[in-house]
Amino acid sequence: MMLFMLLFSRQGKLRLQKWYMAYPDKVKKKITRELVTTILARKPKMCSFLEWKDCKIVYKRYASLYFCCAIEQNDNELLTLEIIHRYVELLDKYFGSVCELDIIFNFEKAYFILDELLIGGEIQETSKKNVLKAIASQDLLQEDETPQSFFDDHGLG
Amino acid sequence: MYPYYEQDWSVLPPENNRRFNPAFNMATIRQAFTEAVERVRMPTPTRLRDLIRQIRAARTAAEERAVVNKECAYIRSTFREEDSVWRCRNIAKLLYIHMLGYPAHFGQLECLKLTASTRFTDKRIGYLGAMLLLDERQDVHLLITNCLKNDLNSSTQFVVGLALCTLGAIASPEMARDLASEVERLMKSPNTYIRKKATLCAFRVIRRVPELMEIFLPATRSLLSEKNHGILITGVTLITEMCENSSDTLMHFKKDSGNREIVPNLVRILKNLILGGYSPEHDVSGVSDPFLQVKILRLLRILGHNDPDASEAMNDILAQVATNTETSKNVGNTILYETVLSIMDIRSEGGLRVLAVNILGRFLLNSDKNIRYVALNTLLRTVHADTSAVQRHRTTILECLKDPDVSIRRRAMELSFALINAQNIRTMTKELLLFLEKADAEFKAQCSSGMILAAERYSPNTRWHLDTQLSVLIAAGNYVRDDVVSSTIQLVSSSPVSEQTYITNRFWESLQVANHCEDKQPLLQVAVWAIGEYGDLFMYGSNEDEFERPSESDLIAMYHKFLTSAQVSTTSKQYALVSLAKLSTRLQQCVEEVQALITSFGSHLNVDLQQRGVEFTQLFGHYKHLRPPLLEKMPAMQISRISSQNGESGGSFDDNSPDVIENGVEGVGNVGNVGHPLIESNMNMLGDNTNILLDLLGSTDLSAGASELVTATDLSNAVHKKNTRNANDVGVSVSNNQDLLDLLDLDMTAPAAVTTTTPGAGGILLDQHHSSATNMNSMLGGLDLGGFGAPDSGSGSVPTNGNDLVASMLGGLSGAPAPLPAVGASAGADGNGGILLGDLNPTAASNNVTVPPQGPKLTALDKDGLLVQLVPVTGNDCMRIYMTTTNGSGNTLEQYLLKAAVQKSFQLQMLTPSGNLLPPGGIITQEMRVVATSNAVLRMRLRIQYALDGQQLVEQTEVSGFPEQQPGPAE
Repeated sequence: MMLFMLLFSRQGKLRLQKWYMAYPDKVKKKITRELVTTILARKPKMCSFLEWKDCKIVYKRYASLYFCCAIEQNDNELLTLEIIHRYVELLDKYFGSVCELDIIFNFEKAYFILDELLIGGEIQETSKKNVLKAIASQDLLQEDETPQSFFDDHGLG
Repeated sequence: MYPYYEQDWSVLPPENNRRFNPAFNMATIRQAFTEAVERVRMPTPTRLRDLIRQIRAARTAAEERAVVNKECAYIRSTFREEDSVWRCRNIAKLLYIHMLGYPAHFGQLECLKLTASTRFTDKRIGYLGAMLLLDERQDVHLLITNCLKNDLNSSTQFVVGLALCTLGAIASPEMARDLASEVERLMKSPNTYIRKKATLCAFRVIRRVPELMEIFLPATRSLLSEKNHGILITGVTLITEMCENSSDTLMHFKKDSGNREIVPNLVRILKNLILGGYSPEHDVSGVSDPFLQVKILRLLRILGHNDPDASEAMNDILAQVATNTETSKNVGNTILYETVLSIMDIRSEGGLRVLAVNILGRFLLNSDKNIRYVALNTLLRTVHADTSAVQRHRTTILECLKDPDVSIRRRAMELSFALINAQNIRTMTKELLLFLEKADAEFKAQCSSGMILAAERYSPNTRWHLDTQLSVLIAAGNYVRDDVVSSTIQLVSSSPVSEQTYITNRFWESLQVANHCEDKQPLLQVAVWAIGEYGDLFMYGSNEDEFERPSESDLIAMYHKFLTSAQVSTTSKQYALVSLAKLSTRLQQCVEEVQALITSFGSHLNVDLQQRGVEFTQLFGHYKHLRPPLLEKMPAMQISRISSQNGESGGSFDDNSPDVIENGVEGVGNVGNVGHPLIESNMNMLGDNTNILLDLLGSTDLSAGASELVTATDLSNAVHKKNTRNANDVGVSVSNNQDLLDLLDLDMTAPAAVTTTTPGAGGILLDQHHSSATNMNSMLGGLDLGGFGAPDSGSGSVPTNGNDLVASMLGGLSGAPAPLPAVGASAGADGNGGILLGDLNPTAASNNVTVPPQGPKLTALDKDGLLVQLVPVTGNDCMRIYMTTTNGSGNTLEQYLLKAAVQKSFQLQMLTPSGNLLPPGGIITQEMRVVATSNAVLRMRLRIQYALDGQQLVEQTEVSGFPEQQPGPAE
């Protein structure tokens, strides 16, 4: 089971955080800080795995963004890399060649996509098409209930 | 196929329904009107994207803070308004601010208000906020449970989906209990979108509250006969969790006909995946649904573990997967990795195992670092199953020790230790020493302990062993653990005289190197110990190796340097001071210089050193005649083993639970399986304690010498006798018993000194004696703790005063300031008399058979007359659980041993039991202490071992129903 997933930039700025374990806020911040520093200090040619506390960290860099997941000891590290890749593919399909800015400005969308891929730290859907369809239908639902004609300044803006 | 597309939208509430035309609805117009009014009343809040832009535009951190603070203040003010149309937007902004690291807890309740809204956008953002802002400790959980309950019953699948997703992310045990039945209902929904989500929610519910497993069992039945991959993968995940959780459920799944034989079913699905044609929907670089394949392989591994029939049924498919999988990409290797793990874990055919090890061999040579890491990891897991196969890759593994990547180096190091045997110990040690020299600080401790352990096991001869030990001390420097120091001292002490001379000289040489005394204090400690102990051999003994001897003044100069250096730790100075005192009886010329140096410590700032200084000085004055016998050479120590916490990571416990502690003696008994673990570990402790005895001799006893030497001869004789008797009772042949008694005999002078209260370690002894109201039993208790391992402490002799002394002295041993592995419960004793007494008490009292406090009794086991009961007593910081075992049968049970394990979120400490022999009607008591680290319900797994007529019997049981316990302070 995945314990948490963090997305952060090369400058160490957190872009997304998803926790599947209940940690107090303070601990979350501490973990994030520690991991960001450790991972940013690692050289590009090093392997993607880190042993950290009693879990394993799997991370991968896509352009300027690091995707970092914590998994349990028995979990398959290579598969976690595939999950990260799948998430990146989904973001890419949804935003159309995704970049860091897309995730910054539409962070809530990035969360929604992740929530259609994983629940409670486990994969719920292995078909890309199904995930994107579910997201699209929900976006449509959201659009429909936002009156467009009356006043334009509506929704999240 | 995708039901949310076929769904009839008319089931949506009118405001979400596109067929429903809202234009002419009076209510809508009114709503729009009120919104317009509100907007006039209050200015429009900043849009989410505008805020992000503003924050990003901030050039300094202070500027950013200003923007955020302003916005937060605004958001707070809007929260005070009821029915804000902008709540959703404000929460979204708050979530962004939260991600930047600013506090956002004040939005928690607003999130809940959003989730209760009827608009989908509100719900979507509300639940997102709930997942991000709430954690388990929040009181708002009850509120969100209600929201979730409503939404789980919604007619819109996406609303149900949101609720399930939130539940999956933040389910607390209470929430899991409240909503389990809803989840179970949704697991049977015909809608695949809801069903797969509900299945994973069930997985999470079981994770949090394993007792809830049963209600989900019937619903799993049909999961594996689905075609939809979402259902399949979530179903396999759920079943895996259930099987890992309880062996009963595992059996249920194996036997349950509703699943139509789970193994063939899984094999069929897997076969369809590999042999079925290309399916664009699930294809990942030429591999069909690797996610599902991996999950199935993992479940097969659990089903086939120790089950020949199930293993037989999956042999073929595993072979197929292993040979047919494309390995050029990460995906293929992912599956191969999982396959290898499964092959090694089940009762697979020999040929298949060879295939698996070969795959790992290929992995090891792969240019991809990730694959190499995985290979090392897997080899480590399988090395115990097939050592020779792994040995073939030894050179490659040793190569990996030089890898620049920490993760790979760590794995390679652990694997190297697993590969060491009597044949390759020399070459392996050479390689590992090279590694140790260059290793990072974090590796040094683990690596040095591992090497010492390996050397102990496989060393070809004493000389080599001593040399290795020295090299390790030099290479690892200050990172060496204390156990290495004591084990080296024991090794030297039990070596033949010629080797002692040799190694003392080597130690002396190593001390000549600059910086060795500051950077390598453990080396310094061992070296001065050896020089002090074997000074006569070193300086004047036979010189077989023809080394160069230093002059006595050089020697003293060196001691002077250590003892005055600010960089040398107090512990090292303690060693040096005792060593110097010893040298005074071994040197021939420089005794006066020694005395001067020792006397100078009489005014040292450090209390311990000062005490040593003062006390040793007495040995040069009035009590000169006592000096030679007091500073005799130590008796040869029994070699104790270092605990193999890291050296052997193969896992000594077959139990999965991490917190298994045997009889309160942690980690020591793991190495050997000879005889009774308690006795064995106690035997191992013996050496350490003897070692400490030296320290006591160095400081404590002399406090007696400082006072009147009115020896209570008869008293000491009494103890002497008692001790001999006791040793005989115990029946453990202790080679240095006599010497120990000699030491005790010396110590008998102490009662005369009762009135002198000396600070430090000496004081403890006296203080304890002062207040000792302990009886014979406590002495035996003390002995037990001290390491004699008296399994039968039933000798009911008349208590004498002297016994108290022995008890307190031996008790005092465990608290002496010298390095020693933690002895049972007294871990971390800080040399405080009170604490020591406290440590003694449980053991002492248990000999009298503790009367457990009254309270609710939990019966753990009641079988064949053997009754095990637990009485939990909640305290402030921990829960004490008193175990009472009563033997109601007519047979005598021997070697009774209770092991307990708790969940990861608890810490368990077990104190020494009152005994291990249960005659008919006999009672054994034992105290356990449990500290909660997080909010969870305690369950305890017990394993009870005993021997009946020489036949070993094991009972396992699980106990729950302990009172709730507040978690301790978070880290």
